[in-house]
Amino acid sequence: MNLWNGILDYILSAVPLGMTFLYGSTGEILTEKSGHLNLGIPGIMCVGAAGGCAAIQALHPAGTVHPALVVLIAVLAAFLAGGLMGMLYSFLTVTLHANQNVTGLALTTFGVGLMKFIMSKLSSVKYLYALPYFRYPFAESESSLKYCGVLFFFAILLALVCSYVLLKTRVGLHLRAVGENPATADAVGINVFLYKYVATVIGSGIAGLGGLYYIMDYAGSQEAYLSIEAMGWLSIALVIFALWKPHISLIGSAVFGALFIAGAYIPGIRELHVSMSSTPLLKMLPYVFTVLVLIVISIRNKRENQPPGALGVNYYREER
Amino acid sequence: MTVDNKHMQHEPLFRVVKRDGLPLKKTILIRAAAILLAFLFCGLIALILIKANPISFYEAIFNGSFGTQRKVWKLLKDIAVLLCISLAITPAFRMKFWNIGAEGQVLVAALACAGCMYYMGGHVPDALIIAAMLIASILAGMIWAGLPAIFKARWNTNETLFTLMMNYIATFLVAYFLIKWTPSGSSSLGELKFGHLPRLYNEYLLIILVVAVITVLLHIYLNYSKHGYEISVVGESEKTAKYIGINVKKVIIRTMLVSGALCGIAGFLIVGGLDHSVTENTVGGLGFTAIMVSWLAKFKPGYMVLTSFLLVFLDQGAAQVSQNFDISSAFPNVIVGIILFFIIGSEFFIDYKIVTRAKAKEGTKA
Repeated sequence: MNLWNGILDYILSAVPLGMTFLYGSTGEILTEKSGHLNLGIPGIMCVGAAGGCAAIQALHPAGTVHPALVVLIAVLAAFLAGGLMGMLYSFLTVTLHANQNVTGLALTTFGVGLMKFIMSKLSSVKYLYALPYFRYPFAESESSLKYCGVLFFFAILLALVCSYVLLKTRVGLHLRAVGENPATADAVGINVFLYKYVATVIGSGIAGLGGLYYIMDYAGSQEAYLSIEAMGWLSIALVIFALWKPHISLIGSAVFGALFIAGAYIPGIRELHVSMSSTPLLKMLPYVFTVLVLIVISIRNKRENQPPGALGVNYYREER
Repeated sequence: MTVDNKHMQHEPLFRVVKRDGLPLKKTILIRAAAILLAFLFCGLIALILIKANPISFYEAIFNGSFGTQRKVWKLLKDIAVLLCISLAITPAFRMKFWNIGAEGQVLVAALACAGCMYYMGGHVPDALIIAAMLIASILAGMIWAGLPAIFKARWNTNETLFTLMMNYIATFLVAYFLIKWTPSGSSSLGELKFGHLPRLYNEYLLIILVVAVITVLLHIYLNYSKHGYEISVVGESEKTAKYIGINVKKVIIRTMLVSGALCGIAGFLIVGGLDHSVTENTVGGLGFTAIMVSWLAKFKPGYMVLTSFLLVFLDQGAAQVSQNFDISSAFPNVIVGIILFFIIGSEFFIDYKIVTRAKAKEGTKA
């Protein structure tokens, strides 16, 4: 492989991988805008993946159902599975005022376990048959272009729509008000609980798609599900990089994607003379980069780059 | 219709009111009820998912921890290790510093400890190696915990994500050294021959005793020392702390260094006393479980003995279930997750009560 082809292949592989982060961070941004820091995103992405794969296996064997319908049903199943986890999180934190960090961590423990349990029951042959359906229209491609499937474009569309809704519509304004100061939002007649529930459930559903995207569109392998948890944590970090704006997440996700697979690609490009033994150090890159981003953003400390005012604090009406 | 009655009609069917602090007996009762409900629910789930007979399901959970004498010792050892990490993160949690990086802090300490065993083994006496291991582990833990603390104190950098990222950095650091230390490139270090901690009766007892001592010391540190008082004030309100002249930045950094040092001791005990080796999975998620242990015990070292028992008991029991019924080894996480949801949910009934319309009416009459 010559240098330029290697680099081109690297970029073509990194950008689609980034879409996994994009789904996760778009979902988390919606949730955080309602004032809830959901550390359950890794678990939610896992459950979304498991739900989607289970749905595809239910439609086995290939040919019994129209390919487009298989994709649609899988997407709905992943969204629903993620959404249910979001519902559980909302019930505990919004209705029962439970600590958000602890609930999120428990959700991740549960979600990762549940996914591994479900995936061990599924047979990879019976869901991976749908790989070409998801990779439409580039399924035949030999290069990394094949990763740019249906859900790839959907991720970009979804991020742009979410940005538009958040920043340009009345619903978005209300949601931001709920996250900034729920008491004030409540006083002007916004249904705080409804906004929190809907934002968290839709956000979790979107994050659930990220898990499905990673297995069925990007990785397409039997062991793919083992890396979803780590990607979920990075998605939460990406929210800070994106300054709570999904359209900035678009760029951030590509950067994170490039860093995430650096360990797998860079030693393979012979012209760069990077030895195999440094692979672990290259794999460290996305995490080191995230730390640097966190530090830079906190030092710059600009007013418009701050998290939602009431992030992490539960709203209890009678405590005003 | 009187004005009062009209007002009543607008009153919602039920509303939520904060409690002023429930008697201890009742809080214990509520928690016990939650755990019992959770167990019943798990039995039901097991019946549906893996068609396990409920009696043999509960029997397996119990036998996981108390089946044989060996298992009881393993239970005690696991409690000690989990408790040690939980104790480590508690000071920081008391001041609302969300350190979810205990996993990495213990792992990097374990790596430093193994490093001492690897480089010094055979060249110097074991006592010297053990001393070096202890110092190196504590220093490594302190560095891993101190970095996020400094940035938090100076620039208010988000500590949750910072500490989380440090976990992964530690993992890959271990992977890097494993490649370096194993000439074959197999990345499997195997048992290191030198620098083992001495055995008292069996290899577990020493660790159990050390952790028991740490528990008592930390209880005293948090409740009866000036540092402990400062931590509580910073946790209540940073503004109050500043007002009464506490140097908040200093407290944050100092407390995290204490946390890191204790994580270092945990890493030292795991590698020096039990594993005599290191892998990426040496800590195996205990850093996250410790957060649950600490939070469930309301950050009180004494109660943590109970909560770490509960979590280890669940984990071993669920592992026994997955062995007996031949299912995925991920099943314990599902069980533990479900039980945690019940306990987290039950906290609501300790902090709040539900007042129905009828009851509110009685209240106004009285």
